[in-house]
Parts: sequence; structure tokens; C-alpha cells
Amino acid sequence: MEFFAQQFINGLTLGSIYGLIALGYTMVFGIIGMVNFAHGDVFMLSSFIALIFFLILTTWLGLTSVALVFLVVLILAMVLTALWGWAIERVAYRPLRGSFRLAPLISAIGVSIFLSNFVQVVQGARNKPVPPLVRDVIVLYQNEQYTVTLSYKQAIIMTTTALLLAGFWYLVQRTPFGRAQRACEQDRRMAALLGINVDRTISLTFVLGAALAAVAGTLYLLYYGVVSFSDGFVPGVKAFTAAVLGGIGSLPGAVLGGLIIGLIETFWSAYFSIEYKDVAAFLILIVVLIFKPSGILGRPEVEKV
Amino acid sequence: MSVAGINVLVDETRARMEAAKAPLLSVRGVSAYYGSIRALKNVDVEVNEGEIVALIGANGAGKSTLMMTIFGQPQAREGTITFAGQDITRLPTHEIARLNLAQSPEGRRIFSRMTVRENLQMGAAVNGGKHFAEDLERMCTLFPRLRERIDQRGGTMSGGEQQMLAIARALMSRPRLLMLDEPSLGLAPLVVKQIFSTVRELNRTEGLTVFIVEQNAYHALKLAHRGYVMVTGAVTMSGTGQALLDDPQVKAAYLEGGQH
Repeated sequence: MEFFAQQFINGLTLGSIYGLIALGYTMVFGIIGMVNFAHGDVFMLSSFIALIFFLILTTWLGLTSVALVFLVVLILAMVLTALWGWAIERVAYRPLRGSFRLAPLISAIGVSIFLSNFVQVVQGARNKPVPPLVRDVIVLYQNEQYTVTLSYKQAIIMTTTALLLAGFWYLVQRTPFGRAQRACEQDRRMAALLGINVDRTISLTFVLGAALAAVAGTLYLLYYGVVSFSDGFVPGVKAFTAAVLGGIGSLPGAVLGGLIIGLIETFWSAYFSIEYKDVAAFLILIVVLIFKPSGILGRPEVEKV
Repeated sequence: MSVAGINVLVDETRARMEAAKAPLLSVRGVSAYYGSIRALKNVDVEVNEGEIVALIGANGAGKSTLMMTIFGQPQAREGTITFAGQDITRLPTHEIARLNLAQSPEGRRIFSRMTVRENLQMGAAVNGGKHFAEDLERMCTLFPRLRERIDQRGGTMSGGEQQMLAIARALMSRPRLLMLDEPSLGLAPLVVKQIFSTVRELNRTEGLTVFIVEQNAYHALKLAHRGYVMVTGAVTMSGTGQALLDDPQVKAAYLEGGQH
């Protein structure tokens, strides 16, 4: 039971990171119906940006306040990654809007390959470690054989995910920008007829998606303490899976999907075999999609009235 | 005040007076294309302040294309379109929409996964939600069905209710010119009557200018002060609503066996 509880906490943490990345997939898919395959690499890139600023702040500037370092790194990573997101949309996707459906998808794969190679060239192929920033743990339960702990890192990751999900849900459901976004999602031409700048709304969606990826990237670095140029692919695919599992287009669905994938993966590694954890995660995806093709919280495709 | 300042004032006043004399919407020599297909051929249409103008024609004549061309989708390749004295031929769609003209487009195009209230909020987006509560109240008085359905999703409503919502959404921006594309399409005669009488009422009491596109020629010409007839992308006839109703050619082509 103690082992189970500990694995549950670990799974939720991993799932939170997947969920944050999945939010970016789901928002972009929602608004332009495109799977942004470069999103995983944007996440990896943001991790490197966080790493660089982390080293600058701690080694060169000698900052010691953990909270301050974390906050500054997070904000800088978000801003710079958002700029990347904006530029990618501008250069690789916008010129292809209105072209055939597969064109932006192929372009996205191109961007993905470009980003991972770019980082490999400028940062090298080896894993880049950072010294652990937060070490403290909260002991939740203890007996002679086993201790159940929740580390501060884990608490930070889960809280951040919960807050961001709530914040973005509010943004999409209750603010004029969110309404404009949903309007573009349903009928771009009509949105333009009502004075909505569709291109700007789409740009902003990419910017927000990239900023979320940056939060995930920073938390990932904080949690694992190491990042490499190839770290975009697997978490990217898992997060995409999470978005589909939860129902692509749905924000709570993305986080729910992320948590489920994170939990399955963790439990499978803990109880069965770590080599087959990905097989388990994707198997569940297949099963869910057979019985519920629109995902857990996705809306079934309704015909136009 | 300096002489230059007064001159500017005089110029502005003159421009405003000319704008008042000039038609509110003027389409001059406009041609538009879908790819290489010429969908509009040298079209001239004018709508004066306070008028109801109807554009009638058969299915596929290019009526909706003209509506969308005025909004820049597609942009006119030849000719000019001016609204309230401003050349809007090359403006992007969303900027045209911010100029006090609003459209209830073909097929209504309400946001079916948004509530009625959210649809109306989208209509008010151009003025940033100022006087939203007041306008919402006005729409609910104009179309009482909307009040009953205010928190219901747009897609769950009947065709007539959706049409009312589409018109109300267009009115939320407080337009000077309301453009209606086939408001009667697929609706029961009683509902059509109701919608047309609301439009007439708005024109009479508030001086709202209306440009309406219809296949239902009889009702549209009855409603309108003036009308245009469009055939395969070109305007072939124009005149007062009554004159067109009495015209033997119009009668033969659009009214015989029609719905009256």
C-alpha cells in the first residue's frame, strides 16, 4: 500500500508535466485543426533556455535564493519560448494556411527536426545536467519498512499544473480573447466578419502554447536535473497521446489524459517491467480510442445544423 | 484658432457634408473572381442612408458573393467599394467589420457550440462590450425567443431562432448598415413574416439602413424601397421595390408561381 501511494505521487508528477505539454497541443489543434508536431521540440528547447539562464543566474551572478532563481528562470524561459512559438507559426505555418491539409503537418515535422538538430549543434549531443535546486521532501507516512514522501519539486509541479489549467480554462471560457479563440475554432470566416483579427488570434494561441511548454520544460529540468537535445520527441509523443486520450480540443481533457498516461507508465514500471512502460501507455490509448474515438472528455463530432 | 486650423475644420465639414450626400455604401464597377471564374461582373450598387435595398436573383447569381466581396472575401479585383466615404476595397475583413457595418451571412453561421449570450457577445466584440447589457436587453425585446434561450447553445435552436440570433448578433455592434443574406431561407412563412416585420420596424423607428439579399423576391421587394436584380454575376435591372414588382420580366422570372 505504501509502495502504491508513492508510485501514485510519482505518476501524478510525471502526468502533470505531460498534461502541461498536452495543453499546447490541444489549444493549437482546437483553433486550426493542426497537430503541431514541433511542440515536443519547443518543450525541449525551453528546457535548454531554462538551463542556460539557471547556470547564468547561479554560477555567474551567484544568486542563492532558490525561489527567486526559479521564478526568474521560469519567466525568461516563458518569454523566449513564446517568441520562438510566434516565429515558428509565422515562418512555417502561416504561409501554408489555406493550402492542402497535410502541408502544415509536414512543415511541423520539418520544424521538429530543425529544432532538435539546432539544439544538438549549438549545445552538443551530451546530456546537460544542472545541480539540484530543490531537495526538501515532506514525509507523508512512515513505518519500519517504507516511507511515503512528497518532494517539494513534486508539489511545485502538481500545483503549477493545477493553477495553469484553472487559469487557462478561465481564459478560454470567460474572457473576450477566449471567446474570440473559440469563435475562430468554429468558424474563422464568421469570426472575421465580426471584427476578430483571426491571424492575431492564431498567433497568440501559438504564443500561449509555447509559454505553457516552457513551464513544462522548466519543471522537467527541475525534476530530472538533466536534459538532452533528443528529449523533445518521447515526451512530445506522450503528451500528444495524452491530448488525444483526454479528447483533443479540451483543456481539462489534456491534463486528465496526461495524468492517466503518467500513472499508467509509472505503475507499469513499478509493478511489471520498465522496458514496456511505453507499450502499456499506448495500448491504453488504442483501447480508449476504439470505444470512445473522441477521447474521454472530447465532444463527439456533431454535424452542422 | 489659427487660419490653418480653421481651414482644416472647413475641409472636414465639407467632407462630412459630401459624405452625407453620397450613398452610405457604394459599389462601383466591381468584379470579383473565384480562381479564374468571374463571379461578379462590373457590378454597381448603391445604398443610401435610411433605405432598405433588396438584391434579388436566382440561386448562384452571385448575390452572396457580392455580400462577401463588400467584406473583402474575396477582395474585388476591379472597381471600388466605399462605405461612409471611406474606400474599403482593400481592407482586411476584420477591419471592415469594425466600421459600423454588420452582416448576417448566408446560412446564418451562428457559433453552434456557444450559448446565445456568447454569440451576442461576439457580435458586440467590435465595440469591446461597451453598453452590452443595454444592447442585450434591446435584442431580447426585439426577439423575445432569445431571452428564453439565452443560456442555451446556439446549435440546439430551431432554424428560425438561429436566424433571429444571427440578426441580433449583427445588430449588437450598433451598425449603420445591416446586411442580411437570405434571412428567409428554410424558414416557415410565419417566421419569415415576423423577421421581415422586425427589419421594417427597425428601419422605420431607428432609421437603420438595410441591404438585403433574397431569393424570396416577393417579400424582399415588398419590404424594400429600392431593388436590384442580379443575373449570372451582373446587375441587370434596378428600380423602386414596387416598380420591380410590377415589371413583367421580374414577374415572369422571379414571381410567377412564387410564394405569396
